[in-house]
Amino acid sequence: MPVPKEQPPRKLSGLRDRQGNKTLERGAYASAEGIAISGKKTEGASQRVVNMRRTVVPEDFPDRPGKDTGYVMSELKQTPLFALHEELGAKMVPFAGYAMPVQYPLGVLGEHNHTRAGAGLFDVSHMGQVLLRGDTPRGVASALEALIPVSVLGLTEGRQRYGFFTTDDGGISDDLMFANRGDHIYMVINAACKEADIAHMRANLPETVSLEVVDDRALVALQGPSSEAVLSRLNSDAADMRFMDVRTLTLAGAECWVSRSGYTGEDGYEISVPADHAEALTRLLLAEAEVEPIGLGARDSLRLEAGLCLYGNDIDTTTSPVEAGLTWAIQKVRRTGGERAGGFPGADRILRELDEGPVRRRVGLSPEGRAPMRQGTPLFASEEGGEPIGEVTSGGFGPTVGAPVAMGYVTSGHAAPETRIFGEVRGKRLPATIVSLPFTPANFKR
Amino acid sequence: MKYTEEHEWLRAEGDVVVVGITEHASTQLGDVVFVELPEVGTTCDKDDELAVIESVKAASDILAPIDGEVVEINEMLVDNPGKVNEDPTGDSWFFKIRPSDPSQMDDYMDEAAYKDLIG
Repeated sequence: MPVPKEQPPRKLSGLRDRQGNKTLERGAYASAEGIAISGKKTEGASQRVVNMRRTVVPEDFPDRPGKDTGYVMSELKQTPLFALHEELGAKMVPFAGYAMPVQYPLGVLGEHNHTRAGAGLFDVSHMGQVLLRGDTPRGVASALEALIPVSVLGLTEGRQRYGFFTTDDGGISDDLMFANRGDHIYMVINAACKEADIAHMRANLPETVSLEVVDDRALVALQGPSSEAVLSRLNSDAADMRFMDVRTLTLAGAECWVSRSGYTGEDGYEISVPADHAEALTRLLLAEAEVEPIGLGARDSLRLEAGLCLYGNDIDTTTSPVEAGLTWAIQKVRRTGGERAGGFPGADRILRELDEGPVRRRVGLSPEGRAPMRQGTPLFASEEGGEPIGEVTSGGFGPTVGAPVAMGYVTSGHAAPETRIFGEVRGKRLPATIVSLPFTPANFKR
Repeated sequence: MKYTEEHEWLRAEGDVVVVGITEHASTQLGDVVFVELPEVGTTCDKDDELAVIESVKAASDILAPIDGEVVEINEMLVDNPGKVNEDPTGDSWFFKIRPSDPSQMDDYMDEAAYKDLIG
């Protein structure tokens, strides 16, 4: 159901990347996408040929094993929808150990715009799905509260919440969605973090809590304003769900765990479907006139415009939830003075920052002009001189906004909306204005 | 038309050379959202970074394929970067260079060799 937040590799082909590497030639993202570029020779694994001639992971790829180490697509894990992606003409890329579609023939811009106007179907089966059970539902909820600064006990049956695992230092080791499904908690975690998350839970939850990894289900997201109309044709109960509701619905003859949520800023659903029914259900949804398949490329621009964090870019073990502006997810009951205040890893720092304010904050940035400010762009208070006040953590072109959009961290003194700061792009300091997130208004059915 | 390994094309036009990116490169880059061009009068050596092109996916440099001076730029691309995807080898040229050594053109691939390169 939740929240996928990974992003596709970002350095795309072409000519040369910013470091002067001949990316097309080296076959970075471009050949990872399945382009056959076979002129100049690169070495080692990057030469091995499978579905695609050459597959090299971009340098900022989250779990890139080492510089110039290549993945081979055939060694990557596949989701139950792999064959369908290929049939649909997707460009497949390595992502968090999986071969995933980065785009379909419609292209990133077209897929982005289609999701905002109609409905987009995303394969997010690479994300981890976990069930937590215990002697009593309250016991499980209480145990989970020791690992996340969120009110789990306060979540009623049939509802879902956003949360995050915190570290002893008050950083974030992953963000997640969890749902109260009566006799168990259903959780969705990021693909790149899932093994660590599972180990963390197994090591730190009491023995009375059992953890089941769901590996026989796919996860697809249907996102966009037409989602309700589309899913209701398969099961009219879908229309009765509100934002963040979870239900078991029979769809195309399969028992599906459905939540009304997503990670695009649009209304929509996330659907956990038995693996052996995943392709049939997906084909049925794609057969609806409003629905197009959407890849990781558009997923990234959609979530960025929606102001949503990508784990590994915008949040990680060095950023606290308070710095990241995720305090809305920490209910009062877990804060200082609350009935169940603290009691989670890093509570000292997180509660202190809630009271006193953090030294830096995540902000939205609207660059002036047309030049995108990409991840890693240093930010300055003035046009000349001075030390950086922060850095862009996600940035690019916002197709719905029609202009560049970015988010990043700046010292708290510069974080107020409408503050004009500067991002250094190719040696030039270009102006940008701090803006409230999201860039595009959320379109949820509350 | 000549082609570089960096997926640029070069076309002699009188005493200047017109430079753009190939259809293959524009397809692989995806939707282009930003183009930055050099100033007219810029002198360049081969492999100098002359222009910047950004797509929804990434930023790339366009290198000077030959030594010379930039004599004309295609300002239309600055306001309409998406045109690069529509007509990469025609209207969407990037800049024109007056080469100081036109024989440098000879080092580049012809169409058959380029097609072989991109497979």
